Amino acid sequence: MYEGPVQDLIDELGRLPGVGPKSAQRIAFHLLAAEPADIGRLQDALQKVKEGVVFCDVCGNVSAETTCRICRDTRRDVTLICVVEEPKDVLAVERTREFKGRYHVLGGALDPLSGVGPDQLRIRQLLQRIGNQVDGKDVAEIIIATDPNTEGEATATYLVRMLRDFPGLTVTRLASGLPMGGDLEFADELTLGRAMSGRRVV
Amino acid sequence: MYVRHLQVSDFRSWERADLAFEPGVSVLVGPNGQGKTNLVEALGYVATLGSHRVATDLPLIRHGSPRAVVRTAVVNDGRELLVELEITAGKANRARVNRGPVPRPRDVLGILRTVLFAPEDLALVRGDPGERRRFLDDMLVARAPRYAGVRSDYERVLKQRGALLKTAGAARRAGRSGDISTLDVWDGHLAKHGAELLAARLDLVADIAPHVAASYAEVAPESRPARIGYRSSLGESQPEGFGRPDGPRADREALEAAMLTELHRVRPQEIDRGVCLVGPHRDELELALGELPAKGYASHGESWSFALALRLGGYELLRGDGAEPVLVLDDVFAELDRGRRRQLAKVAAAAEQVLITAAVAEDVPEELDGARFEVRHGEVHSA
Repeated sequence: MYEGPVQDLIDELGRLPGVGPKSAQRIAFHLLAAEPADIGRLQDALQKVKEGVVFCDVCGNVSAETTCRICRDTRRDVTLICVVEEPKDVLAVERTREFKGRYHVLGGALDPLSGVGPDQLRIRQLLQRIGNQVDGKDVAEIIIATDPNTEGEATATYLVRMLRDFPGLTVTRLASGLPMGGDLEFADELTLGRAMSGRRVV
Repeated sequence: MYVRHLQVSDFRSWERADLAFEPGVSVLVGPNGQGKTNLVEALGYVATLGSHRVATDLPLIRHGSPRAVVRTAVVNDGRELLVELEITAGKANRARVNRGPVPRPRDVLGILRTVLFAPEDLALVRGDPGERRRFLDDMLVARAPRYAGVRSDYERVLKQRGALLKTAGAARRAGRSGDISTLDVWDGHLAKHGAELLAARLDLVADIAPHVAASYAEVAPESRPARIGYRSSLGESQPEGFGRPDGPRADREALEAAMLTELHRVRPQEIDRGVCLVGPHRDELELALGELPAKGYASHGESWSFALALRLGGYELLRGDGAEPVLVLDDVFAELDRGRRRQLAKVAAAAEQVLITAAVAEDVPEELDGARFEVRHGEVHSA
């Protein structure tokens, strides 16, 4: 145990995800030795992340303005919405450069253990979005891209139930199975089992 | 298959131990508390990545050491594989096969298959239903590792649904309606994973039942016939015939539908009590001798024989699947009478490899003549 502010800093850093006690200690002593200007920049960045970042009115992604860059982009297809759990999932799908529609960030998944139900997620906003036309066009397809784990699958099932009543709306779910560029022999049983049961006729 | 070599470092009481085995019988003899069981426990750990004695890994590491290492050479169909496991407290274990690291420790599952019979197994007959469910699930994983995933998926959904029921129940008692709009979703997932687990267990019981009955008749010929059967929490909704040797194979979709029906029926009670009342987590593997349940009616000797018959039944079943497992008999001869010892010796003598621990050499029937190891004062000597 160190004394005073240094230990406080280590404790705070140790609370961050992915940072263990050893890393926290290392970062703390790095900061202790850093130039005041560097510390100032870090301080500013931390300050701004709470004050400056807003969530997009339309999709719920992190944004610098009231509407995010993707939702402002008129070249993107407004009839296509990809539903994800977290803002970092938007980034993951964006990296594919395959998807030209828009997003909807739920802000998590159904997780009764953590007290997260449908009201804590941005599901109501999604239903409103589907009900309203954008530029005179209806939403045609919802791609559900929640995580393929217990909570994500439950959220997907719930969304499918809620979206059934919209006439003419196509609802799809991301496929799950083998990673590209991998060898069959290195796939674990669960993934390979899923890929087997989700096989398709070619 | 057989274990050719076992080496442990900082495992349980052992700073270091080194044993070379041959196919056939090997007996570890030594007074109590010298670490015989620890050695076979190490082999069990390689086979299942778990201990038959404790639920966590910490007690496996020798007091004061950062990690334990188990290294074993297994010969299967003439091919030898070297498995190394490093068990570290509070961290992920590391595994190597033939000196090459494998991405996940569970990739070593299936290289060594053991059937271990130990004094703790009396709980299979006298203990809670959970012990018998674990017996079935461990067998499922031994036959097809995929079921480890099915089981953990089911447990996860069960936990989530349980949390939802609890909050809904609390809300109802407080006079509010509570949010159960997502309960249908969780019901669907519970039924899907639950039916998969249930179907696998029913088929397993159908497959293993004749082996258990035959093993019991061999071990305890003068006793009443032993029967096992699966009682699910589905009650009247369960389709007839599944889980019996002469019945049809379990139909997953029919079971899923039955589970949904039953979940719907008991929903008010579930919300009242805040617990999940339907699913494989409430099922029971029923053991009967003649017309009476084994639990509460079987004598001490009969309970022992039944536990042994379950293990031997599992052994026969795995043997039928191919790749004969290594039979491990940990300190069990002292608990059996002369006749039962003889019968067990007959089964064991026919195994490709059997490892036996005993406090006194006289407990081991002379039919089981083979290599002897003296275990004493933290050392192993070949006798």
